[in-house]
Amino acid sequence: MNRSRSRAGVAILAAVLLVFPLLGPGAYAYDLVIRISMSAVVVIGLNLLFGYTGQISLGHAAFYGLGAYASAILTTHFAWPALAAMAAGAAATGLLALAVSRPILKLSGHHLAMGTLALGLIASTVFNNETRWTGGSDGMPVPPLAMFGAELAGEFAWYVLTSLLLLVVVVAALNLVDSPAGRALQAIRGSETAARVAGIETARFKSRVFVLSAVLASVMGSLAAHYVAFITPGAAGLARSVEFLMMVVFGGMASVFGSIVGAAFVTLLPQFLHAFESWETLVLGLILTAAMIFMPGGIVPTLRGALARRRKEAAR
Amino acid sequence: MSSQLVQFLFSGLTVGAMYALAALGYALIYNASHLVNFAQGEFIMLGAMVASVMVEARLPLPVAIAAGIAAATATGVLMERLAIRPARGAPHITLLIITLGVALVIRGAVQVVLGKGNHGLPPFSGEAPVHFAGATLSSQSLWVFGVTIAIVLLLAWYFGRTRSGKAMLATSHNALAARLVGIDTQWVLMGSFAMSGALGAIGGVLVAPITFTSYDAGVVLGVKGFAAAALGGLGSGPGAIVGGLLLGVLEALTAGYLSAAYKDVVAYLAILLVFIFLPRGLFGGQRTDRV
Repeated sequence: MNRSRSRAGVAILAAVLLVFPLLGPGAYAYDLVIRISMSAVVVIGLNLLFGYTGQISLGHAAFYGLGAYASAILTTHFAWPALAAMAAGAAATGLLALAVSRPILKLSGHHLAMGTLALGLIASTVFNNETRWTGGSDGMPVPPLAMFGAELAGEFAWYVLTSLLLLVVVVAALNLVDSPAGRALQAIRGSETAARVAGIETARFKSRVFVLSAVLASVMGSLAAHYVAFITPGAAGLARSVEFLMMVVFGGMASVFGSIVGAAFVTLLPQFLHAFESWETLVLGLILTAAMIFMPGGIVPTLRGALARRRKEAAR
Repeated sequence: MSSQLVQFLFSGLTVGAMYALAALGYALIYNASHLVNFAQGEFIMLGAMVASVMVEARLPLPVAIAAGIAAATATGVLMERLAIRPARGAPHITLLIITLGVALVIRGAVQVVLGKGNHGLPPFSGEAPVHFAGATLSSQSLWVFGVTIAIVLLLAWYFGRTRSGKAMLATSHNALAARLVGIDTQWVLMGSFAMSGALGAIGGVLVAPITFTSYDAGVVLGVKGFAAAALGGLGSGPGAIVGGLLLGVLEALTAGYLSAAYKDVVAYLAILLVFIFLPRGLFGGQRTDRV
């Protein structure tokens, strides 16, 4: 992406995050934005893997769940400090992702989709059945996030933390995409064979971006578990994996800012559908199907394309 | 052989027959379009749910079963017309996500129209069990075996002896060449969606008296059907049947001797291990990478 444009995007994002508290939002609005930011970080990671590198994952909620349960179990059963638990969860998730990445990323297309789906289902079976540690399908409570001797409490504190985190991840992702490594990833999406011919070690790059996206999901899972103060297997199940994927494709494949728009869209939609709760799956499915038929690029790239066309016509 | 083992084998084969029918559904669509239909499991659920709800509304069992199968068949046709055809020519991954979206639509529609509760069908020919080799079988198992065998024979006849069946086979070998000799490949694709809807629903209806069904049962069933298809070799007819029965038996043995809670993991591990170590499955043809 064009450097000046991505700088402008970061500036707009920072401005929005700065102005939002000045509008005097209530706890509910804060809660929504916190959850959007948390999902957006996971989605940026998944977008690096799926949107930029072309490797689909239908099992990302498993990594999110690993982080969440590592935090929950280590802090509750073993009295670990929250940050140490989070780091241990991220390290374990990273190692696991590294171990499975080589064999599983040899697959492509529907093989990869089904393989990652199977991986996610195995994780959620474990979360559901190891009742002694995870509380089974009832879930388990998670203590508040304590850092440096103080507990992080209240919507505003969480808002500041998640906003800063989102900004850092956005800037890092934009830099990565614009680096030689980022271009290597995009070359793999274009054609893996061609990328290999051009001298890119495709297996190693795919494996790294898989681990990166898994670790991002794990850390956000840990944070979300502390924030919500509770974790259930449903939060780490297949539906959640599909939701993350939906955020990527709605917002825009291979678009960092699209990831945020997608996260916001999929998080806010159920709020509007609140009155028809049982309709949620149906409406999400219809929107997903229609979006893939009529707008396969996602919201942000489609809008950008439309804008560019109009500008070109105006210049003519 | 211990009677317990016989018991496990039979219950495995019974469920395995449903996996085999689902795997055949995957194979039909895969052969017609190289597409893996993530909504396959929803066809199973839809057939069983519609039939169950109609029986609860006091309609005769045969009518209810026919309605369940018809609903899933019609859904297959609609899916192809409204979701797959408009996106023709889109990248593979886009089509894959579309089938994922359609799965959500079917699940969501069933949830809205038929509700969230558990449903089941009465056994087709009474509750009286059948005794065999020291094991006790439900008479429904015999229905499952009988109908599955009949369907396999019917499919063999259809693909081997009829014009439209041969047209479908030709399309699966080479769609462009099939079009050149005058085969309506668009019809073939629609026909394969209709047939895979029907196959899924038949499996669902047959097993509904043995296991309960609910609006969200389709995901796991779909993955298991896919595991069966992958085990046998994606796109292979005999492979789908062997894969389904094998998976059912492995699952029943795991549930019986190791852990009932972890029996579902057999299918998930099967997908991963087969893909990684045996990508062609037991009966698969050559693996083609499309660049």
